[in-house]
Amino acid sequence: MSLWEFANPNRFVRLADRWLPALWTLSALVLATGLAWGFYLTPDDAVQGSTVKIMFLHVPSALMAINGWIMMLIASLFWLIRRHHVSLLAARAAGPVGATMALIALFTGAVWGKPMWGTWWAWDPRLTSFLILFLFYLGYISLWEAIEDAESAADLSAIVCLVGSIFAVLSRYAVFFWSQGIHQGATLSLDRETNIHNAFYFPLLVSMAGFALLFITLVVFRTRTEISRKRTRVLLAGAVAK
Amino acid sequence: MKAILLKDIKLALRSGNGSGLAIAFFIVYALLVPLGVGSSIGLLEQLGHGVLWVGALLACLLTMDRIFRPDFDDGTLERIIAAPVPLEGVVAAKFVAHWVSTGVPLCLIAIPLCWLLNLPRLAEWPLLLSLVVGTPAISALGSLGAAVTIGLRRGNLLLSLLVLPLCIPTLIFGTLTAKSIAGATVTETPFLLLCAITLGSISMIPFASAYALRINLR
Repeated sequence: MSLWEFANPNRFVRLADRWLPALWTLSALVLATGLAWGFYLTPDDAVQGSTVKIMFLHVPSALMAINGWIMMLIASLFWLIRRHHVSLLAARAAGPVGATMALIALFTGAVWGKPMWGTWWAWDPRLTSFLILFLFYLGYISLWEAIEDAESAADLSAIVCLVGSIFAVLSRYAVFFWSQGIHQGATLSLDRETNIHNAFYFPLLVSMAGFALLFITLVVFRTRTEISRKRTRVLLAGAVAK
Repeated sequence: MKAILLKDIKLALRSGNGSGLAIAFFIVYALLVPLGVGSSIGLLEQLGHGVLWVGALLACLLTMDRIFRPDFDDGTLERIIAAPVPLEGVVAAKFVAHWVSTGVPLCLIAIPLCWLLNLPRLAEWPLLLSLVVGTPAISALGSLGAAVTIGLRRGNLLLSLLVLPLCIPTLIFGTLTAKSIAGATVTETPFLLLCAITLGSISMIPFASAYALRINLR
């Protein structure tokens, strides 16, 4: 089984049909476990009180917003270099999902920031670069929607994704140059000794896994939909031609 | 290629390409800002650099669509693609022409606007320097946006959504350059980074733009 077998949409759809019910169930279970554990079974933070629990939505959605863009970049590269037809549709499918994740992260961040920082929004580098990432998502999605010819839309949005990635990274470092932040630094890592307390760490890991599964499920589901849409369009065009 | 460059500059200068419009927009914009935010001298001194940079960026945006549009509409672009000249070079000539006809006048007009906005004495030179170094990157990015949206009838709106986020690093380092040289703490880092972004953009974006053009004219 290699990645290239799934360049055949039939194979992909067959496999997606077989795995989607399991994926939906699994992501619902893991997400529910992580969130319930995080919301109800963790203690309140000494300083932040119960607002700390917003973290269980904020951190995983932010993580998936960034990973979603990286996934789009890789999928676009597969399309540009080797004309992998499904990978391209997966990139298209991931766009709105990633944008929603970014929106969730921005929204939950604002809800948390109001009681903690005393403001909905601060021009902090992390916040700003996330807003910029959201703008890049918007540009990418609207380009897909704007161009009618499917093949051109695919090529153009892939090239925009490529250039956009470079400039998204540039912007990230530029805004760190531009202003000092109040957002806390990373408190999670795989290779460091001190992480946040285990009481928060484990439910957070489960929530992250849940969000990742949800992301994968949604992308597979939407990719299948994109394939159907493409087929419908071809059939309709054929009917009109007759 | 030289012919294309010269032709574009000539066309732009003899009206039609909207570069006069961009300059007029820049001036009106600079007049509107004090009316909007208030005219106390300390305030404008602080805001001036950023205001002028954002204004220059928006003014450049106005004419970006014209980089390829006239040639696309009358079919010249198809001939150029078929011609035995590298399309990347043509794209480079095109955005250099855009820069000469829009970017350079904007940089020059920024100096009197500095005086108008009560910027501190000698603050106009760092601003001029940062604009001269930064605007080529904006023109290059504009060529990508114009190439991507050339096939769309109302591509102008999408163009701004695509290009403005790409201009963020240039804007940040541009204003930081203007401020850091003018301010008390002189540091050359933002200036060097601005140079790096410009050099990177003008050397690599033509390939992306040419690719986008080829797709749109397939």
